[in-house]
Amino acid sequence: MSRKTDTIRPTPLTRLTRRAVIGGIAGSALAGCDAFQESEAGRAILFSGEKAHMALQRTIMDRNALAREFTEAEMSPVFRANGTRDPDTPSYNAFAAQDFAGWTVPITGLVDRPMTLTLAEIRNMPARTQITRHDCVEGWSAIGKWHGPQLSLLLKAAGLKTNARYAVFRCADLYNGTAYYESIDLIDAFHPQTILAWAMNDALLPVANGAPLRLRVERQLGYKHAKYVQGIEIVESLAPIGGGKGGYWEDRTGYEWYAGI
Amino acid sequence: MADSDSPAESRRAIFRHRLATRLWHWTNVLAVVVMIGSGLMISNAHPHLYWGQFGANFDPAWLDPPRFPGWITIPTDYNLAMARRWHLTFALLFAFALLVFMLVSLINGHVRRDLRIRAGEVAPSHLWADIKAHLRLRFHDPDKPDAYNILQKLSYVAVIFVLLPLLVFTGLALSPAMDAAWPWLLDVFGGRQSARSIHFIACWLLIGFIIVHLALVLLAGPVNEIRSMITGRWKVPHR
Repeated sequence: MSRKTDTIRPTPLTRLTRRAVIGGIAGSALAGCDAFQESEAGRAILFSGEKAHMALQRTIMDRNALAREFTEAEMSPVFRANGTRDPDTPSYNAFAAQDFAGWTVPITGLVDRPMTLTLAEIRNMPARTQITRHDCVEGWSAIGKWHGPQLSLLLKAAGLKTNARYAVFRCADLYNGTAYYESIDLIDAFHPQTILAWAMNDALLPVANGAPLRLRVERQLGYKHAKYVQGIEIVESLAPIGGGKGGYWEDRTGYEWYAGI
Repeated sequence: MADSDSPAESRRAIFRHRLATRLWHWTNVLAVVVMIGSGLMISNAHPHLYWGQFGANFDPAWLDPPRFPGWITIPTDYNLAMARRWHLTFALLFAFALLVFMLVSLINGHVRRDLRIRAGEVAPSHLWADIKAHLRLRFHDPDKPDAYNILQKLSYVAVIFVLLPLLVFTGLALSPAMDAAWPWLLDVFGGRQSARSIHFIACWLLIGFIIVHLALVLLAGPVNEIRSMITGRWKVPHR
């Protein structure tokens, strides 16, 4: 920042004082904000917005309203990979060395027919191709082409019990020793654009983007799009999963579970 | 220009601001302060702005905003999750308070009586006369002291009916679910990353308005002006 030098140059002391005064006022107001968010009531108020947004959005939105799909000409030249770029665990590396030939996805929990699908079976299922925008919670967006079966096909094959409420995704990448996990409710699980992608931009899914399988849940932010999916668990409540908030970042940092906002 | 509250000077007091206006003003002060503080923290998470549907690290940014220091962000220390909690919760207060204020102001005549811009007021000669009056720190028409001058009207109308709704709708365009619900948001703003850029520009225009607004409150007599926005009663200046 450049500052014009006037004929009367403020002494370092007055400059310091002015900054101290402004900083002091702003600082005490913001310290109040910090104290508010640390208090139980304050936290409850701040965390209530998520549920209000979700209720409002679900009210005005058709449950099958589609995220915009783009043309090939509108795709990002480079699709930024984020989060884990390589799980690099001994078991993952062993799968990767065999082009994920032995990769399986058990579907467990509140299903009529628990099953274990192989990667080959998933790749042989009818697939959807969609060019969609990926929005990171940090603010950036990238447009890529995704290809894979609709999650609803897998869930219908397994058959959900009547008390099923959420689909939990178990992942092969570790964060601080914890395997990544995410969850969505059945409205998003059965949304037509919710797919288990095994190809991206007309090639097999790269390791950096979640090989061999990643979730696409197009009306929510990027951290919901679980990579390296190696299990789907159908549950009635998220309380017993991890810290109880439904996802790794939700539990660890307080990101919204409903990431449509 | 400073307030002189000596009892010898019997200044006429008039009722200037309705309850709805006062309530909204202070609700909006709270909401806007939180929105700006938390918004600057969210900007710190990815301080690059793009035009178009997409934009990430490998794409050309038209602006790389500075990293905003902790004394101006909410919360103080880098925390995107909590900044988003603040921003998204207070966004509801900000947007719905604005909506209610707009509706009430249409019904109670505030818009028609106080904010409506008449053709004669935007004639260049009248605008120029008002600019000159401002430079002489004369903000009120002696014949109609309670009426807003044209520069006031233009800035209030621009902020209430253009800038604040623009912040709401560009904010909605950042929501991936809202983009599915209301795809026209992407068409109106030319894509999510354009909406993000416009959101940021609108924020700085609003900060600019706040600075000028506060400066004029100081010049017009801060005690009288702030009291009028609390109690509604405002003392007519002598000249």
